[in-house]
Amino acid sequence: MAMHKIRVKVQGAEREAEVESRLLLVHFLREVLGLTGTHIGCDTTHCGACTVLLDGQPVKSCTVLAVQADGREVTTVEGLEQGGKLHPIQEGFWQEHGLQCGFCTPGMLMTGYALLARNADPSELEIRQAISGNLCRCTGYVNIVKAVQHAAAKLRTTAA
Amino acid sequence: MTSTLKTTAEVCGMGHSMKRKEDPRFIRGQGHYVDDVKLPGMVHMAIVRSPYAHARITAIHDEKALAIPGVLAVITGKTLEQFKLHWMPTLMSDTQMVLPVEKVMYQAQEVAAVIATDRYVAADGVEAVEVEYEPLPVVVDPRKALEPGAPVLRTDKPGKKDNHIFHWEAGDRAATDKAFADADVRVSQDIYIPRIHVASIETCGCVADFDRAMGHLTVHMTTQAPHAIRTVFALVAGHVGLSEEKIRIISPDIGGGFGGKVPVYPGYVIAVAASVVLGKPVKWIENRMENLQADSFARDYHMTAELAAKRDGTMTALRIKTLADHGYADAAANPSKFPAGLFSICTGSYDLKHAFTEVDAAYTNKPPGGIAYRCSFRVTEAVHAIERVTDVLAQELKMDPAELRLKNFIQPEQFPYKSALGWEYDSGNYPAALALAMKTIGYDELRREQAEKRRRGELMGIGISSFTEIVGAGPSKQFDILGIKMFDSAEIRVHPTGKVIARFGTKSQGQGHETTYAQIVAEELGIPAAHVQVEEGDTDTAPYGLGTYASRSTPTSGAACAVAARKILVKAKKIAAHLLEASEEDLEWETGKFFVKGAPQQAKTIQEIAFAAYTNHPPGMEAGLEAVDYYDPPNLTFPFGSYICVVDIDRGTGAVRIRRFLAVDDCGNIINPMIVDGQIHGGLAMGMAPALLEEISYDDNGNISGGSFMDYLLPTAMETPSWETAKTVTPSPHHPFGAKGVGESATVGAPPAIANAVVDALAHLGVRHIDIPITPEKVWTILKAKGVAE
Repeated sequence: MAMHKIRVKVQGAEREAEVESRLLLVHFLREVLGLTGTHIGCDTTHCGACTVLLDGQPVKSCTVLAVQADGREVTTVEGLEQGGKLHPIQEGFWQEHGLQCGFCTPGMLMTGYALLARNADPSELEIRQAISGNLCRCTGYVNIVKAVQHAAAKLRTTAA
Repeated sequence: MTSTLKTTAEVCGMGHSMKRKEDPRFIRGQGHYVDDVKLPGMVHMAIVRSPYAHARITAIHDEKALAIPGVLAVITGKTLEQFKLHWMPTLMSDTQMVLPVEKVMYQAQEVAAVIATDRYVAADGVEAVEVEYEPLPVVVDPRKALEPGAPVLRTDKPGKKDNHIFHWEAGDRAATDKAFADADVRVSQDIYIPRIHVASIETCGCVADFDRAMGHLTVHMTTQAPHAIRTVFALVAGHVGLSEEKIRIISPDIGGGFGGKVPVYPGYVIAVAASVVLGKPVKWIENRMENLQADSFARDYHMTAELAAKRDGTMTALRIKTLADHGYADAAANPSKFPAGLFSICTGSYDLKHAFTEVDAAYTNKPPGGIAYRCSFRVTEAVHAIERVTDVLAQELKMDPAELRLKNFIQPEQFPYKSALGWEYDSGNYPAALALAMKTIGYDELRREQAEKRRRGELMGIGISSFTEIVGAGPSKQFDILGIKMFDSAEIRVHPTGKVIARFGTKSQGQGHETTYAQIVAEELGIPAAHVQVEEGDTDTAPYGLGTYASRSTPTSGAACAVAARKILVKAKKIAAHLLEASEEDLEWETGKFFVKGAPQQAKTIQEIAFAAYTNHPPGMEAGLEAVDYYDPPNLTFPFGSYICVVDIDRGTGAVRIRRFLAVDDCGNIINPMIVDGQIHGGLAMGMAPALLEEISYDDNGNISGGSFMDYLLPTAMETPSWETAKTVTPSPHHPFGAKGVGESATVGAPPAIANAVVDALAHLGVRHIDIPITPEKVWTILKAKGVAE
């Protein structure tokens, strides 16, 4: 199996590694870098538990090769908290009971974060559309919608 | 809701919507799930699976796999046969294969395991193992399985001449038959609830770590019942030297369970065997397709439900006959004396004087099971049967389904109520729950709207489900698993500074035990919930218990927690009397402190008492302040509710849209209202899922459909409505703090509400029943046949 040297900026810090062509980005993050916050829930790009940001866009990291991330920026759930302060999307999930088992949560957080980066005031339908590629088996989604709304309101206040 | 809070927001006892204590690690991506476990020298296991549903294995060639650099071993049934580990017992006293020596019995069955240095190489090894099969006749339909001349599947069982597993019945057959003969009206409905899968977002897996030097086995595994699993491992592998004191099961954070993480799957046992053989930690993590195709399924009940009634709508008798498809082994996760689980709750919320139910089970060439799907042992099947056939009766009598229910409810003054099938319902107020649901949703207005829409040719339906659950198994005289009584436990230790560690025999999979158990301690002892550290899942530290499923955590371990706390207060009172130089009789307890009657300024807080327990305890008394309780519930608990669902149906596509869904639940006294609502929301989504979307089916050759998320459809945020909830509170009279359990109510109650709504929308076209999942295709086919499809 051919090996490739890749350089990926993860939460702003350059990381270098030699990886097989076939190594998935999610395994690079979890097993090479030890960032186990990103989870794996299916094999078919449906569940979204593995969602991370690649150059700011949410992607399902089980369907991206690590080599495709070469020279690009990746943000995972571990990169949301800044200077010991939770990001409003994290606060929203905690405040609104937007999680139960926590397994889909990192993917939901990243998808919600990306939504709010492009739409500061999403409607309920826009939130539901944005997270429709992320499956949650525990919450019935109502509180996830509220969590994103909570974060949106908080972010708008801070921006104002 | 508890109407009055006994504790301040700082103490955060029962009734407070405390933010969850477990969440800070999850929202930071710092949960610790089984696939996050990484041990020195750890190797990886992947499984070779059968493409055939029934076949003889004639050869397994592992040479090419073993030639791959990094492949360490290939384990087959023959490897395990040397240790007599190729078969294992199920919880229902049946047997199932760990790895086959002779035959495979279902598609995706484990055939061999490859151990390698990393998971990619292990997958390469799986591809390189060549297996030769000789296909055998496949039995897919359980009805055909029981026909004379059907191929006998369990040829491993000496003398077995058919595919019948068990017959079970409850109730008085003769009296019920007579009531049917005497009835004015009789209705009968065939109802099939197909195979479904819990599909927790985290699949199953383990890291088995056998320490050769110490002879000690640690298994990190996705299990809802770590203590029971330890005992099962000791029983299964005792003969190869695995003794229970040298087995440690650690259940880390679990990414959803819903019953799917109760059984012992072959993969766990193979991983343990591989770790023993190789002397290295072995990690096995299922992929999603393995999870859906091979792990235990739920449901698969073919039922015929019949109701007898008087002309005025008074129900007089219920009869349900069921054929259960268990796959090739009865690997259900039921209490041992209940082969059909608690199906005999099927008389539901109605005052039925006569009832009879029987279940026959058959072997087929499908994966073994079945487990619950977020329900207490076949309660969903029972509730679906009674709530669906009640609507069929309403249709027959041309009565409003709400009116029919109100006419037949067990009345509040009839509790405790002895059902015709033998259960003693603890408490309930069914008319109040339905009345609240009807008022909140505006039932009469919805009926008017429906009538108008019907005139315009639009399809709108209103469905009701007034369910009664039976949870919290259970009293030791009836309930055991492999002989182990179904108590559960709590151990509370109060430290000198008044902080607490509390450990339990249950295991949270997202339910929020770290928060709710802490709130119970806070309620009972007045120690802030923030100061209570809750631990579960490690068999080396937690007290023995049977685990979390069947909505049993609050009814059993939650009860144990309150009882243990009350034991602590008995000692605390003696210490307080010593400190206050008063007699115990003169002391009164007010949450958080003992004070002298009539002199409230003379008081000792629980924190001061805790400190004294280690520094200044009375002469002759043991130091310390701790207690343990193994709680044997005197009865089960019977949560209930009334759900109303409003659907609109698209005449062009047959798609069902849930416009509104209101759940009125009564789970007795509530520990954390926010968490209870979260449990109900999630349960509703898991009730909607099988009602509209999910099904695992097989073709005539036993090929699975629904074996990946490509065609096993979990609800997304787009289909799922904004759930509405409301509560009534009828405490359980026998539970220490009046709670009943809530985790599964909504999964049980929702499917018939949705199915009833869809049938109601089509009732004027002569539709009486549709089997779930009610897919657009099924509805469109009906609309087409009735000539109303657009």
